[in-house]
Amino acid sequence: MKTESNLEKVLAAGHLAVTSECGPPRGAIAKELTDKAKFLEGVVDAVNVTDNQTAMVRMSSLAGSVLIKQQGMNPLLQVVTRDRNRLAIQADILGAYSLGIDTMLCLSGDHTKFGDHPMAANVHDIDSIQLIQMVKAMRDESKFQGGSDIKGAPKMFIGAAANPFADPFELRVMRLAKKIAAGVDFIQTQCIFNVEKFELWMEGVRKMGLHKKCYILAGVTPMKSVGAARYMKNRVPGMDVPADVVERMASVPKEKQPDEGVDICIETIERLKKVEGVAGFHIMAIEWEEKVEEIVRRAGLYPRPEIS
Amino acid sequence: MITAERKPLEEIIEYIKPYKRILLLGCNECVTVCAAGGRKEVGLLASGLQLAMLKSGSSIEIREHTLERQCDPEYVEELVPMIGSEEAILSMACGCGVQQLATRFKDKPVFPALNTKFMGGSLSQGVWDERCKGCGDCLLGLTGGICPIAKCAKQLMNGPCGGSTDGKCEISDDVECAWQLIWNRLKALGQEDRFLDIMPAKDWRSGGGGGPRKIIREDLAE
Repeated sequence: MKTESNLEKVLAAGHLAVTSECGPPRGAIAKELTDKAKFLEGVVDAVNVTDNQTAMVRMSSLAGSVLIKQQGMNPLLQVVTRDRNRLAIQADILGAYSLGIDTMLCLSGDHTKFGDHPMAANVHDIDSIQLIQMVKAMRDESKFQGGSDIKGAPKMFIGAAANPFADPFELRVMRLAKKIAAGVDFIQTQCIFNVEKFELWMEGVRKMGLHKKCYILAGVTPMKSVGAARYMKNRVPGMDVPADVVERMASVPKEKQPDEGVDICIETIERLKKVEGVAGFHIMAIEWEEKVEEIVRRAGLYPRPEIS
Repeated sequence: MITAERKPLEEIIEYIKPYKRILLLGCNECVTVCAAGGRKEVGLLASGLQLAMLKSGSSIEIREHTLERQCDPEYVEELVPMIGSEEAILSMACGCGVQQLATRFKDKPVFPALNTKFMGGSLSQGVWDERCKGCGDCLLGLTGGICPIAKCAKQLMNGPCGGSTDGKCEISDDVECAWQLIWNRLKALGQEDRFLDIMPAKDWRSGGGGGPRKIIREDLAE
């Protein structure tokens, strides 16, 4: 074991892991976050705390992670390279680890264009792959990126994202290979609606033996409505929602659409369980955290393993 | 080249309205090529300013001149005989030229008539795009001759983000995904394997992180 991370323990023990996420609030009210997080208690192995997602200012992911930790849950600290340079990120990693946070996700972040501060400078001192390298060197070599020694290395279980649906498709497996070479321990994928395309990507992953070099958590999202399905299909960059999924959502009356969305999500998990190399699931129920427990239970992923 | 665009007339007028005699100074280099501050644009701006001042019931005497290179002290010296009676200089060069003037003529107000944009090249008639950020440590040899620092919206150095769709960047359909372009080139060159090399975190000291940059060529410096 590289770390004390609960997620690592669950995965190393061979269980299908389950993670979900909680977006911090657009204000300083801690209760807004902890109320949402309560829905995930005992239901998931780690809770992603997003870092200014969609480039909108929110309570910091570090503070959010601490709040989640105080609730007795396992936070998964998301860190984007858009907002902070390598000094600030390393400082936050030291601070996070000192506060008991041992699992993180290395991301480049949505472009500021999409958020509420499009006038802000994008930092991008390092990219997500260089961030993985940096966190790994901090953990395994007790070295800062600048080369000096760390007294008390932060032992982070290192995650990253992968999007099997973005272009160019032929680079998507190679990009995962680069993240693994950089030192990533686990991957959370973009939401999977197009299972065939995901299977095709996994075929490439297995061909290179990458599923044996890191844990791949398949990302799923329950859709609340046909409107949400259309929005994701048409408006969210790098998202692949096939027409038949949208049609299925449209085929039921509006009041039944949330149930249909949850059904599709659970069926997707069942299909993904059969894909060799899938080590767990990342359930992104955005502002719909109360549905995660039902999904986890109905998908046969409950109870979550207790590993000391 | 360095590209530029003219500032709005109103902003320029705000700068020059306290003066009765100004020198409007073009540059024959990059800003001529990108049609922002050459001899022709000097003439157009002079007429525009005269007209606007007349409309507002005031007047201004504008002397037009265009230097071979405003960023070069040798050419800027040419101005010495003509500068005495001018109250201010309105420069149509890039920021480098404006600063050359401000340094040379210490007691003369100098104003920019252009917004300096980026280092780029021409795509087609009337269209220029950004190509170089001047990072000081060129990596084009590793990326098929296309720069991810200048052309990727997130300046990613190790491949496309999850927002690349049909060759377009997630920020706009008008922006090409730099990594799609790089990948196309690597394929055309038979250098696909190069993609798997991890580009380590960049040393930004050469790119301005180490403070203002300077080149000193001992063999040429006096």
